[in-house]
Amino acid sequence: MKIAVLIKQVPDTWDDRKLTSGGCVDRAASERVADEITERALETALRQKDADKSVEIVAVTMGPGSATEALRKALSMGADSAMHLVDDGFAGADALTTARVLASGLTGADFDVVIAGNESTDGRGGVVPAMVAELLGVPFLGPLNSAHFTGASVTGERQSADGTQALVAQLPAVISVTERAPEARFPKFKGIMTAKRKPVAVCDAASLRMADIRNADGNVVLASRKRPARTAGRKIVDDGNAASQLIAYLSAENLI
Amino acid sequence: MSNIVVNVEVAATGALRSTTGHLLQLATRLGEPVAVLAAPAGTSDELVAQLGKLGAPTVFVAETPTATSHVAAGAVAALAEAMKRYAPRAVLASNSADGREAIGRLAARTGNPVLLEAIDVKNVEGRITATHSVYGGTYTTESGVGSGIAMMTVASSGEPAPAAAAPQVEVIQLDVDAHAAATITATHAAPSSSDRPELPSAKIVVSGGRGLGSKENFALVEQLADSLGAGLGASRAAVDAGYVPQSHQVGQTGISVSPDLYLAVGISGAIQHRAGMQTAKRIVAINEDEDAPIFDITDFGIVGDLFTILPQLQSALEARAGAGV
Repeated sequence: MKIAVLIKQVPDTWDDRKLTSGGCVDRAASERVADEITERALETALRQKDADKSVEIVAVTMGPGSATEALRKALSMGADSAMHLVDDGFAGADALTTARVLASGLTGADFDVVIAGNESTDGRGGVVPAMVAELLGVPFLGPLNSAHFTGASVTGERQSADGTQALVAQLPAVISVTERAPEARFPKFKGIMTAKRKPVAVCDAASLRMADIRNADGNVVLASRKRPARTAGRKIVDDGNAASQLIAYLSAENLI
Repeated sequence: MSNIVVNVEVAATGALRSTTGHLLQLATRLGEPVAVLAAPAGTSDELVAQLGKLGAPTVFVAETPTATSHVAAGAVAALAEAMKRYAPRAVLASNSADGREAIGRLAARTGNPVLLEAIDVKNVEGRITATHSVYGGTYTTESGVGSGIAMMTVASSGEPAPAAAAPQVEVIQLDVDAHAAATITATHAAPSSSDRPELPSAKIVVSGGRGLGSKENFALVEQLADSLGAGLGASRAAVDAGYVPQSHQVGQTGISVSPDLYLAVGISGAIQHRAGMQTAKRIVAINEDEDAPIFDITDFGIVGDLFTILPQLQSALEARAGAGV
Protein backbone atom coordinates (compact mmCIF):
# COMPACT_ATOMS: atom_id res chain seq x y z
CA MET A 1 0.00 0.00 0.00
CA LYS A 2 1.22 3.48 -0.88
CA ILE A 3 0.05 6.31 1.35
CA ALA A 4 0.45 10.04 0.75
CA VAL A 5 0.17 12.23 3.85
CA LEU A 6 -0.60 15.92 3.36
CA ILE A 7 1.62 17.97 5.66
CA LYS A 8 1.13 21.67 6.34
CA GLN A 9 3.57 24.04 7.96
CA VAL A 10 1.78 26.59 10.12
CA PRO A 11 2.63 29.28 12.66
CA ASP A 12 2.97 27.74 16.12
CA THR A 13 -0.29 28.24 17.99
CA TRP A 14 1.70 28.91 21.18
CA ASP A 15 3.42 31.84 19.50
CA ASP A 16 2.11 35.31 18.67
CA ARG A 17 0.57 34.71 15.23
CA LYS A 18 0.30 37.60 12.76
CA LEU A 19 -1.14 38.41 9.36
CA THR A 20 0.69 40.52 6.79
CA SER A 21 -0.88 43.82 5.73
CA GLY A 22 -2.29 41.92 2.74
CA GLY A 23 -4.06 39.45 5.00
CA CYS A 24 -1.74 36.48 4.41
CA VAL A 25 -0.01 34.36 7.05
CA ASP A 26 3.04 36.26 8.28
CA ARG A 27 5.53 33.39 8.18
CA ALA A 28 8.38 35.40 9.68
CA ALA A 29 6.39 36.55 12.72
CA SER A 30 6.29 33.29 14.62
CA GLU A 31 7.87 29.87 15.01
CA ARG A 32 6.99 27.56 12.09
CA VAL A 33 5.89 24.02 12.91
CA ALA A 34 4.29 21.07 11.16
CA ASP A 35 0.59 21.38 11.99
CA GLU A 36 -0.24 19.00 14.81
CA ILE A 37 -3.31 17.69 12.97
CA THR A 38 -1.20 16.77 9.94
CA GLU A 39 1.19 14.94 12.27
CA ARG A 40 -1.79 12.89 13.46
CA ALA A 41 -2.52 12.13 9.79
CA LEU A 42 1.07 10.91 9.49
CA GLU A 43 0.74 8.84 12.66
CA THR A 44 -2.35 7.16 11.15
CA ALA A 45 -0.19 6.18 8.16
CA LEU A 46 2.76 5.12 10.32
CA ARG A 47 0.55 2.69 12.25
CA GLN A 48 -0.23 0.96 8.97
CA LYS A 49 3.48 0.75 8.30
CA ASP A 50 4.13 -0.59 11.81
CA ALA A 51 1.77 -3.47 10.99
CA ASP A 52 2.98 -4.01 7.43
CA LYS A 53 6.53 -3.04 6.47
CA SER A 54 5.64 -3.00 2.78
CA VAL A 55 3.57 0.16 3.29
CA GLU A 56 5.24 3.14 1.63
CA ILE A 57 4.59 6.64 3.00
CA VAL A 58 5.21 9.86 1.09
CA ALA A 59 4.90 13.18 2.95
CA VAL A 60 3.57 15.87 0.60
CA THR A 61 3.44 19.60 1.18
CA MET A 62 2.79 22.75 -0.78
CA GLY A 63 4.65 25.59 0.83
CA PRO A 64 7.58 27.96 0.63
CA GLY A 65 11.22 26.87 0.92
CA SER A 66 10.98 26.83 4.71
CA ALA A 67 8.37 24.05 4.55
CA THR A 68 11.21 21.54 4.02
CA GLU A 69 11.59 21.71 7.83
CA ALA A 70 8.12 20.16 8.19
CA LEU A 71 8.94 17.50 5.58
CA ARG A 72 12.23 16.64 7.38
CA LYS A 73 10.27 16.19 10.59
CA ALA A 74 7.86 13.83 8.79
CA LEU A 75 10.81 11.86 7.39
CA SER A 76 12.41 11.65 10.83
CA MET A 77 9.12 10.29 12.22
CA GLY A 78 9.16 7.52 9.63
CA ALA A 79 7.89 8.65 6.22
CA ASP A 80 9.91 7.06 3.40
CA SER A 81 10.16 10.04 1.08
CA ALA A 82 8.78 13.51 0.60
CA MET A 83 7.39 15.71 -2.14
CA HIS A 84 7.77 19.48 -1.88
CA LEU A 85 5.54 21.54 -4.17
CA VAL A 86 7.16 24.96 -4.15
CA ASP A 87 6.97 27.98 -6.45
CA ASP A 88 6.84 31.73 -5.96
CA GLY A 89 3.57 31.63 -7.91
CA PHE A 90 1.98 29.55 -5.11
CA ALA A 91 2.36 32.37 -2.57
CA GLY A 92 -1.10 33.57 -1.57
CA ALA A 93 -2.82 30.54 -3.13
CA ASP A 94 -6.38 30.02 -1.90
CA ALA A 95 -7.91 26.67 -0.93
CA LEU A 96 -8.88 25.68 -4.49
CA THR A 97 -5.49 26.55 -5.96
CA THR A 98 -3.79 24.68 -3.12
CA ALA A 99 -5.95 21.63 -3.81
CA ARG A 100 -5.15 21.83 -7.54
CA VAL A 101 -1.42 21.96 -6.85
CA LEU A 102 -1.66 19.05 -4.40
CA ALA A 103 -3.81 17.00 -6.79
CA SER A 104 -1.37 17.71 -9.60
CA GLY A 105 1.52 16.47 -7.47
CA LEU A 106 -0.43 13.34 -6.48
CA THR A 107 -1.64 12.51 -9.99
CA GLY A 108 0.17 9.58 -11.55
CA ALA A 109 1.92 8.61 -8.31
CA ASP A 110 -0.39 5.59 -7.78
CA PHE A 111 -1.46 6.30 -4.21
CA ASP A 112 -3.91 3.97 -2.53
CA VAL A 113 -4.73 6.45 0.22
CA VAL A 114 -4.22 10.16 0.79
CA ILE A 115 -4.47 11.15 4.48
CA ALA A 116 -4.95 14.75 5.63
CA GLY A 117 -5.84 16.56 8.83
CA ASN A 118 -9.48 17.72 8.93
CA GLU A 119 -8.65 21.41 9.26
CA SER A 120 -5.43 23.35 9.72
CA THR A 121 -4.87 25.42 12.84
CA ASP A 122 -4.18 28.55 10.77
CA GLY A 123 -6.67 28.60 7.90
CA ARG A 124 -9.35 26.36 9.45
CA GLY A 125 -11.25 26.11 6.17
CA GLY A 126 -11.53 22.32 6.23
CA VAL A 127 -12.27 21.93 2.51
CA VAL A 128 -8.93 21.10 0.88
CA PRO A 129 -9.09 17.30 1.46
CA ALA A 130 -12.54 17.06 -0.19
CA MET A 131 -11.33 19.24 -3.07
CA VAL A 132 -8.31 16.99 -3.63
CA ALA A 133 -10.64 13.95 -3.67
CA GLU A 134 -12.88 15.64 -6.23
CA LEU A 135 -9.95 16.60 -8.45
CA LEU A 136 -8.54 13.06 -8.26
CA GLY A 137 -12.01 11.58 -8.89
CA VAL A 138 -11.94 9.40 -5.77
CA PRO A 139 -14.10 9.07 -2.62
CA PHE A 140 -13.55 11.25 0.44
CA LEU A 141 -14.12 10.06 4.00
CA GLY A 142 -13.92 12.65 6.69
CA PRO A 143 -13.54 14.03 9.18
CA LEU A 144 -12.92 10.60 10.70
CA ASN A 145 -12.44 9.88 14.39
CA SER A 146 -11.04 6.50 13.44
CA ALA A 147 -9.94 4.87 10.18
CA HIS A 148 -9.39 1.21 9.32
CA PHE A 149 -7.89 -0.21 6.16
CA THR A 150 -9.13 -3.60 5.02
CA GLY A 151 -7.35 -4.60 1.84
CA ALA A 152 -9.17 -2.84 -0.97
CA SER A 153 -11.28 -0.51 1.16
CA VAL A 154 -11.22 1.99 4.03
CA THR A 155 -13.82 2.35 6.75
CA GLY A 156 -14.24 4.99 9.41
CA GLU A 157 -16.60 6.78 11.73
CA ARG A 158 -17.46 10.45 11.91
CA GLN A 159 -19.41 12.56 14.36
CA SER A 160 -21.92 15.32 13.73
CA ALA A 161 -24.30 17.35 15.86
CA ASP A 162 -27.06 14.85 15.29
CA GLY A 163 -25.26 11.55 15.49
CA THR A 164 -22.51 9.34 14.15
CA GLN A 165 -22.03 7.79 10.74
CA ALA A 166 -20.06 4.75 9.69
CA LEU A 167 -18.57 5.13 6.20
CA VAL A 168 -16.88 2.84 3.72
CA ALA A 169 -15.21 3.43 0.34
CA GLN A 170 -13.10 1.51 -2.10
CA LEU A 171 -9.46 2.54 -2.47
CA PRO A 172 -8.00 4.73 -3.77
CA ALA A 173 -9.55 7.34 -1.50
CA VAL A 174 -8.78 10.55 0.38
CA ILE A 175 -9.47 10.61 4.12
CA SER A 176 -9.15 13.30 6.77
CA VAL A 177 -8.65 12.65 10.46
CA THR A 178 -9.63 14.65 13.54
CA GLU A 179 -7.76 15.29 16.77
CA ARG A 180 -9.26 11.98 17.94
CA ALA A 181 -6.78 10.23 15.67
CA PRO A 182 -3.75 8.94 17.59
CA GLU A 183 -1.24 11.49 18.81
CA ALA A 184 1.94 11.65 16.75
CA ARG A 185 5.09 9.85 17.89
CA PHE A 186 8.31 11.73 18.58
CA PRO A 187 11.15 11.27 16.08
CA LYS A 188 13.85 8.95 17.38
CA PHE A 189 17.56 9.78 17.07
CA LYS A 190 18.01 7.10 14.41
CA GLY A 191 15.04 8.51 12.49
CA ILE A 192 16.51 11.99 12.57
CA MET A 193 19.82 10.68 11.21
CA THR A 194 18.30 8.56 8.42
CA ALA A 195 15.89 11.38 7.47
CA LYS A 196 18.82 13.30 6.05
CA ARG A 197 19.37 10.60 3.43
CA LYS A 198 15.72 10.15 2.43
CA PRO A 199 14.69 11.60 -0.94
CA VAL A 200 12.73 14.86 -1.24
CA ALA A 201 11.29 15.46 -4.72
CA VAL A 202 10.94 19.17 -5.48
CA CYS A 203 8.30 20.21 -8.03
CA ASP A 204 7.67 23.73 -9.31
CA ALA A 205 4.63 25.16 -11.07
CA ALA A 206 5.92 24.36 -14.54
CA SER A 207 6.60 20.70 -13.74
CA LEU A 208 3.12 20.44 -12.20
CA ARG A 209 1.58 22.12 -15.26
CA MET A 210 0.26 24.80 -12.90
CA ALA A 211 2.12 27.77 -14.39
CA ASP A 212 -1.11 29.59 -15.26
CA ILE A 213 -2.21 30.23 -11.66
CA ARG A 214 -4.00 33.55 -11.25
CA ASN A 215 -4.43 34.12 -7.52
CA ALA A 216 -6.29 37.39 -8.18
CA ASP A 217 -9.21 35.36 -9.59
CA GLY A 218 -9.62 33.35 -6.41
CA ASN A 219 -10.38 34.26 -2.82
CA VAL A 220 -8.88 37.69 -2.21
CA VAL A 221 -8.52 39.38 1.15
CA LEU A 222 -10.04 42.88 0.95
CA ALA A 223 -9.35 44.08 4.48
CA SER A 224 -7.64 42.80 7.57
CA ARG A 225 -7.57 44.36 10.98
CA LYS A 226 -6.23 43.32 14.32
CA ARG A 227 -8.93 43.10 16.91
CA PRO A 228 -8.65 45.94 19.33
CA ALA A 229 -7.53 44.80 22.76
CA ARG A 230 -10.62 43.67 24.58
CA THR A 231 -11.18 46.85 26.53
CA ALA A 232 -14.46 45.41 27.71
CA GLY A 233 -12.63 42.20 28.63
CA ARG A 234 -12.48 41.91 32.38
CA LYS A 235 -10.98 39.25 34.58
CA ILE A 236 -12.00 39.19 38.20
CA VAL A 237 -10.98 36.97 41.07
CA ASP A 238 -13.99 35.71 42.99
CA ASP A 239 -14.33 37.46 46.30
CA GLY A 240 -17.79 36.09 46.93
CA ASN A 241 -19.52 38.47 44.54
CA ALA A 242 -18.48 36.95 41.19
CA ALA A 243 -21.92 35.47 40.49
CA SER A 244 -23.72 38.77 41.00
CA GLN A 245 -21.10 40.64 38.96
CA LEU A 246 -21.59 38.13 36.14
CA ILE A 247 -25.37 38.57 36.30
CA ALA A 248 -24.88 42.35 36.12
CA TYR A 249 -22.59 41.94 33.10
CA LEU A 250 -24.98 39.60 31.26
CA SER A 251 -27.87 41.90 32.02
CA ALA A 252 -25.99 45.01 30.83
CA GLU A 253 -25.11 43.20 27.59
CA ASN A 254 -28.77 42.16 27.12
CA LEU A 255 -27.74 38.52 27.16
CA ILE A 256 -30.24 37.57 29.86
CA MET B 1 -32.11 40.41 -7.72
CA SER B 2 -29.36 37.79 -7.66
CA ASN B 3 -30.16 34.24 -6.76
CA ILE B 4 -28.32 32.75 -3.80
CA VAL B 5 -28.24 28.95 -3.62
CA VAL B 6 -28.51 27.44 -0.14
CA ASN B 7 -27.44 23.86 0.59
CA VAL B 8 -30.12 22.22 2.74
CA GLU B 9 -28.86 19.53 5.10
CA VAL B 10 -31.06 16.83 6.57
CA ALA B 11 -30.17 15.41 9.97
CA ALA B 12 -29.87 11.74 10.84
CA THR B 13 -33.38 12.01 12.30
CA GLY B 14 -34.80 13.00 8.90
CA ALA B 15 -35.52 16.61 9.98
CA LEU B 16 -33.88 19.75 8.60
CA ARG B 17 -30.62 20.57 10.36
CA SER B 18 -31.01 23.41 12.82
CA THR B 19 -28.59 25.62 10.86
CA THR B 20 -30.99 25.93 7.90
CA GLY B 21 -32.84 29.02 9.15
CA HIS B 22 -29.63 30.95 9.68
CA LEU B 23 -28.40 30.07 6.18
CA LEU B 24 -31.66 31.31 4.68
CA GLN B 25 -31.37 34.54 6.67
CA LEU B 26 -27.86 35.17 5.35
CA ALA B 27 -28.95 34.33 1.81
CA THR B 28 -31.80 36.84 2.14
CA ARG B 29 -29.19 39.47 3.01
CA LEU B 30 -27.33 38.69 -0.23
CA GLY B 31 -30.21 38.21 -2.65
CA GLU B 32 -33.05 35.82 -3.39
CA PRO B 33 -32.57 32.43 -1.65
CA VAL B 34 -33.00 29.18 -3.57
CA ALA B 35 -33.05 26.29 -1.09
CA VAL B 36 -31.55 23.18 -2.69
CA LEU B 37 -32.55 19.83 -1.25
CA ALA B 38 -31.33 16.41 -2.36
CA ALA B 39 -33.72 13.74 -1.10
CA PRO B 40 -34.89 10.26 -2.01
CA ALA B 41 -38.02 10.27 -4.20
CA GLY B 42 -41.24 10.84 -2.31
CA THR B 43 -39.65 12.05 0.93
CA SER B 44 -39.48 15.78 0.37
CA ASP B 45 -43.01 17.11 0.97
CA GLU B 46 -42.62 17.59 4.72
CA LEU B 47 -39.13 19.06 4.30
CA VAL B 48 -40.38 21.53 1.68
CA ALA B 49 -43.15 22.62 4.07
CA GLN B 50 -40.53 23.15 6.80
CA LEU B 51 -38.38 25.19 4.39
CA GLY B 52 -41.40 27.40 3.70
CA LYS B 53 -41.77 28.03 7.42
CA LEU B 54 -38.11 29.07 7.46
CA GLY B 55 -38.76 31.66 4.76
CA ALA B 56 -37.46 29.93 1.62
CA PRO B 57 -39.16 31.62 -1.37
CA THR B 58 -37.94 28.94 -3.78
CA VAL B 59 -37.12 25.28 -3.18
CA PHE B 60 -35.33 23.12 -5.72
CA VAL B 61 -35.66 19.42 -4.96
CA ALA B 62 -33.41 16.90 -6.69
CA GLU B 63 -34.72 13.40 -6.10
CA THR B 64 -31.98 10.79 -5.84
CA PRO B 65 -31.54 7.71 -3.66
CA THR B 66 -27.88 8.73 -3.14
CA ALA B 67 -29.06 11.57 -0.88
CA THR B 68 -29.15 9.17 2.04
CA SER B 69 -26.88 6.34 0.91
CA HIS B 70 -23.72 8.29 0.04
CA VAL B 71 -21.85 11.25 1.51
CA ALA B 72 -22.21 14.54 -0.38
CA ALA B 73 -22.69 13.00 -3.86
CA GLY B 74 -26.40 13.85 -4.02
CA ALA B 75 -25.95 17.33 -2.57
CA VAL B 76 -23.10 18.24 -4.93
CA ALA B 77 -24.99 17.01 -8.01
CA ALA B 78 -28.12 18.89 -6.87
CA LEU B 79 -26.19 22.10 -6.22
CA ALA B 80 -24.39 21.85 -9.57
CA GLU B 81 -27.74 21.40 -11.34
CA ALA B 82 -29.25 24.33 -9.41
CA MET B 83 -26.29 26.50 -10.45
CA LYS B 84 -27.14 25.79 -14.10
CA ARG B 85 -30.84 26.58 -13.65
CA TYR B 86 -30.71 29.55 -11.29
CA ALA B 87 -27.37 31.22 -12.22
CA PRO B 88 -26.64 32.20 -8.59
CA ARG B 89 -24.09 34.76 -7.37
CA ALA B 90 -23.16 32.60 -4.41
CA VAL B 91 -23.69 29.15 -2.89
CA LEU B 92 -24.04 28.94 0.91
CA ALA B 93 -23.54 25.90 3.13
CA SER B 94 -23.01 25.41 6.84
CA ASN B 95 -19.52 24.58 8.12
CA SER B 96 -20.58 21.02 9.06
CA ALA B 97 -18.67 18.05 7.67
CA ASP B 98 -21.35 17.63 4.99
CA GLY B 99 -21.38 21.34 4.15
CA ARG B 100 -17.61 21.52 3.83
CA GLU B 101 -17.44 18.46 1.59
CA ALA B 102 -20.27 19.77 -0.59
CA ILE B 103 -18.67 23.21 -1.00
CA GLY B 104 -15.18 21.77 -1.50
CA ARG B 105 -16.29 19.32 -4.16
CA LEU B 106 -18.60 21.83 -5.86
CA ALA B 107 -15.85 24.48 -6.03
CA ALA B 108 -13.39 21.96 -7.49
CA ARG B 109 -15.98 20.60 -9.94
CA THR B 110 -17.18 24.00 -11.19
CA GLY B 111 -13.89 25.89 -10.85
CA ASN B 112 -15.26 28.59 -8.54
CA PRO B 113 -13.43 30.11 -5.56
CA VAL B 114 -14.36 29.61 -1.91
CA LEU B 115 -15.06 31.96 1.00
CA LEU B 116 -14.76 29.88 4.15
CA GLU B 117 -16.03 30.05 7.74
CA ALA B 118 -17.87 33.33 7.20
CA ILE B 119 -19.19 34.88 10.40
CA ASP B 120 -21.06 37.51 8.40
CA VAL B 121 -21.83 38.15 4.73
CA LYS B 122 -22.56 41.33 2.76
CA ASN B 123 -23.58 42.34 -0.71
CA VAL B 124 -21.93 45.72 -1.30
CA GLU B 125 -22.96 47.15 -4.67
CA GLY B 126 -23.16 43.70 -6.18
CA ARG B 127 -19.95 42.39 -4.65
CA ILE B 128 -20.41 39.55 -2.19
CA THR B 129 -18.00 39.63 0.73
CA ALA B 130 -17.51 37.56 3.86
CA THR B 131 -16.15 38.45 7.29
CA HIS B 132 -13.87 35.94 8.98
CA SER B 133 -12.39 35.56 12.43
CA VAL B 134 -8.71 34.59 12.18
CA TYR B 135 -6.25 33.18 14.73
CA GLY B 136 -8.75 32.73 17.50
CA GLY B 137 -10.30 36.14 16.95
CA THR B 138 -7.02 38.08 16.97
CA TYR B 139 -7.80 39.36 13.48
CA THR B 140 -10.94 40.07 11.54
CA THR B 141 -10.67 39.87 7.76
CA GLU B 142 -13.01 40.61 4.88
CA SER B 143 -12.67 38.66 1.68
CA GLY B 144 -14.33 38.39 -1.69
CA VAL B 145 -13.78 36.50 -4.92
CA GLY B 146 -11.75 37.84 -7.83
CA SER B 147 -14.11 36.30 -10.36
CA GLY B 148 -16.72 33.58 -10.53
CA ILE B 149 -19.39 32.45 -8.09
CA ALA B 150 -18.62 32.59 -4.35
CA MET B 151 -18.73 29.13 -2.74
CA MET B 152 -19.22 29.82 0.95
CA THR B 153 -19.20 27.95 4.23
CA VAL B 154 -20.79 29.78 7.11
CA ALA B 155 -20.16 29.55 10.85
CA SER B 156 -23.53 28.63 12.32
CA SER B 157 -25.22 30.91 14.81
CA GLY B 158 -28.53 31.35 16.51
CA GLU B 159 -29.73 34.03 14.11
CA PRO B 160 -33.41 33.44 13.36
CA ALA B 161 -34.86 32.45 9.99
CA PRO B 162 -36.64 34.96 7.74
CA ALA B 163 -40.43 35.23 7.86
CA ALA B 164 -42.35 32.23 6.56
CA ALA B 165 -43.05 32.04 2.84
CA ALA B 166 -45.13 29.93 0.49
CA PRO B 167 -42.32 28.57 -1.65
CA GLN B 168 -42.25 27.98 -5.38
CA VAL B 169 -41.18 24.36 -5.69
CA GLU B 170 -39.35 22.73 -8.56
CA VAL B 171 -38.79 18.97 -8.36
CA ILE B 172 -36.56 17.01 -10.70
CA GLN B 173 -35.22 13.47 -10.83
CA LEU B 174 -31.45 13.46 -10.84
CA ASP B 175 -29.12 10.67 -11.91
CA VAL B 176 -26.12 10.91 -9.63
CA ASP B 177 -22.80 9.22 -10.30
CA ALA B 178 -21.78 8.04 -6.83
CA HIS B 179 -18.82 5.87 -7.81
CA ALA B 180 -16.42 8.37 -6.25
CA ALA B 181 -18.38 8.86 -3.02
CA ALA B 182 -18.17 7.23 0.39
CA THR B 183 -21.07 4.93 1.24
CA ILE B 184 -22.91 5.41 4.53
CA THR B 185 -23.12 1.98 6.15
CA ALA B 186 -24.74 2.99 9.42
CA THR B 187 -26.18 6.11 10.99
CA HIS B 188 -26.83 6.53 14.67
CA ALA B 189 -28.91 9.56 15.55
CA ALA B 190 -27.76 11.08 18.84
CA PRO B 191 -30.54 10.78 21.41
CA SER B 192 -32.23 14.16 21.67
CA SER B 193 -32.15 14.31 25.43
CA SER B 194 -34.24 17.34 26.19
CA ASP B 195 -35.93 20.49 25.00
CA ARG B 196 -32.57 22.24 24.97
CA PRO B 197 -31.75 24.12 21.77
CA GLU B 198 -29.43 22.31 19.39
CA LEU B 199 -25.83 23.45 19.72
CA PRO B 200 -25.16 24.95 16.27
CA SER B 201 -28.23 27.20 16.41
CA ALA B 202 -28.36 28.04 20.13
CA LYS B 203 -28.19 31.74 21.06
CA ILE B 204 -26.46 30.84 24.31
CA VAL B 205 -24.16 27.86 24.83
CA VAL B 206 -23.05 26.71 28.28
CA SER B 207 -20.15 24.26 28.19
CA GLY B 208 -18.44 22.26 30.90
CA GLY B 209 -14.97 20.79 31.06
CA ARG B 210 -12.69 18.63 33.10
CA GLY B 211 -13.03 21.04 36.03
CA LEU B 212 -16.44 19.58 36.80
CA GLY B 213 -14.70 16.43 37.98
CA SER B 214 -17.54 13.93 37.57
CA LYS B 215 -20.69 13.09 35.66
CA GLU B 216 -22.76 13.92 38.74
CA ASN B 217 -21.19 17.35 39.04
CA PHE B 218 -21.76 17.99 35.33
CA ALA B 219 -25.44 18.34 36.27
CA LEU B 220 -24.48 21.81 37.57
CA VAL B 221 -23.66 22.83 33.98
CA GLU B 222 -26.85 21.24 32.67
CA GLN B 223 -28.94 23.16 35.23
CA LEU B 224 -27.23 26.41 34.29
CA ALA B 225 -27.85 25.71 30.60
CA ASP B 226 -31.53 25.11 31.32
CA SER B 227 -31.88 28.27 33.42
CA LEU B 228 -30.43 30.27 30.53
CA GLY B 229 -32.34 28.41 27.82
CA ALA B 230 -28.95 27.46 26.43
CA GLY B 231 -27.49 24.65 24.38
CA LEU B 232 -25.29 22.23 26.32
CA GLY B 233 -21.66 21.93 25.23
CA ALA B 234 -18.56 20.23 26.55
CA SER B 235 -14.84 20.11 26.07
CA ARG B 236 -13.17 17.00 24.76
CA ALA B 237 -11.85 16.26 28.23
CA ALA B 238 -15.39 16.17 29.63
CA VAL B 239 -16.54 13.90 26.79
CA ASP B 240 -13.57 11.57 27.19
CA ALA B 241 -14.21 11.36 30.93
CA GLY B 242 -17.77 10.25 30.17
CA TYR B 243 -19.53 13.25 31.73
CA VAL B 244 -21.61 13.82 28.59
CA PRO B 245 -22.07 12.15 25.14
CA GLN B 246 -19.74 13.11 22.28
CA SER B 247 -22.57 14.81 20.39
CA HIS B 248 -22.10 17.70 22.84
CA GLN B 249 -18.41 18.21 22.09
CA VAL B 250 -17.51 21.71 20.96
CA GLY B 251 -14.25 22.14 19.11
CA GLN B 252 -12.17 21.13 16.16
CA THR B 253 -13.58 17.64 16.59
CA GLY B 254 -17.28 18.02 17.10
CA ILE B 255 -19.42 21.08 16.73
CA SER B 256 -18.49 24.68 15.88
CA VAL B 257 -20.71 27.26 17.51
CA SER B 258 -21.06 31.06 17.16
CA PRO B 259 -23.65 31.96 19.78
CA ASP B 260 -24.35 35.41 21.22
CA LEU B 261 -22.95 34.12 24.52
CA TYR B 262 -20.56 31.25 25.20
CA LEU B 263 -20.13 30.39 28.86
CA ALA B 264 -17.21 28.04 29.55
CA VAL B 265 -17.13 26.38 32.95
CA GLY B 266 -14.06 24.49 34.10
CA ILE B 267 -12.60 24.53 30.57
CA SER B 268 -8.93 25.46 30.19
CA GLY B 269 -9.34 26.47 26.55
CA ALA B 270 -7.06 24.22 24.49
CA ILE B 271 -6.58 25.43 20.93
CA GLN B 272 -8.77 22.59 19.64
CA HIS B 273 -11.63 23.73 21.86
CA ARG B 274 -11.18 27.39 20.99
CA ALA B 275 -11.37 26.47 17.29
CA GLY B 276 -15.02 25.56 17.85
CA MET B 277 -16.19 28.58 19.84
CA GLN B 278 -13.89 31.53 19.22
CA THR B 279 -16.43 33.24 16.95
CA ALA B 280 -18.98 33.60 19.76
CA LYS B 281 -19.99 37.24 20.17
CA ARG B 282 -19.38 37.23 23.93
CA ILE B 283 -17.26 34.74 25.84
CA VAL B 284 -17.45 34.23 29.59
CA ALA B 285 -15.31 31.74 31.49
CA ILE B 286 -15.17 30.45 35.03
CA ASN B 287 -11.95 28.66 35.92
CA GLU B 288 -9.87 28.27 39.03
CA ASP B 289 -6.58 28.59 37.11
CA GLU B 290 -5.92 32.25 36.44
CA ASP B 291 -3.42 31.29 33.70
CA ALA B 292 -5.88 29.11 31.76
CA PRO B 293 -5.65 30.00 28.03
CA ILE B 294 -9.43 30.46 27.86
CA PHE B 295 -8.93 33.81 29.63
CA ASP B 296 -7.01 35.09 26.59
CA ILE B 297 -10.28 35.33 24.68
CA THR B 298 -12.87 36.05 27.34
CA ASP B 299 -14.89 39.24 27.58
CA PHE B 300 -15.62 38.44 31.19
CA GLY B 301 -13.45 36.02 33.10
CA ILE B 302 -13.91 34.78 36.62
CA VAL B 303 -11.05 33.17 38.49
CA GLY B 304 -12.63 31.10 41.19
CA ASP B 305 -14.15 27.86 42.39
CA LEU B 306 -16.97 26.82 40.06
CA PHE B 307 -18.56 24.73 42.85
CA THR B 308 -19.04 27.94 44.81
CA ILE B 309 -19.98 30.20 41.92
CA LEU B 310 -22.38 27.99 39.92
CA PRO B 311 -24.88 27.48 42.78
CA GLN B 312 -24.82 31.24 43.48
CA LEU B 313 -25.37 31.92 39.79
CA GLN B 314 -28.17 29.39 39.70
CA SER B 315 -30.05 30.89 42.64
CA ALA B 316 -29.54 34.43 41.31
CA LEU B 317 -31.00 33.40 37.94
CA GLU B 318 -33.91 31.66 39.65
CA ALA B 319 -34.53 34.75 41.78
CA ARG B 320 -34.60 36.90 38.62
CA ALA B 321 -36.97 34.48 36.93
CA GLY B 322 -39.18 34.49 40.04
CA ALA B 323 -39.20 38.29 40.07
CA GLY B 324 -40.17 38.30 36.40
CA VAL B 325 -37.10 40.27 35.37
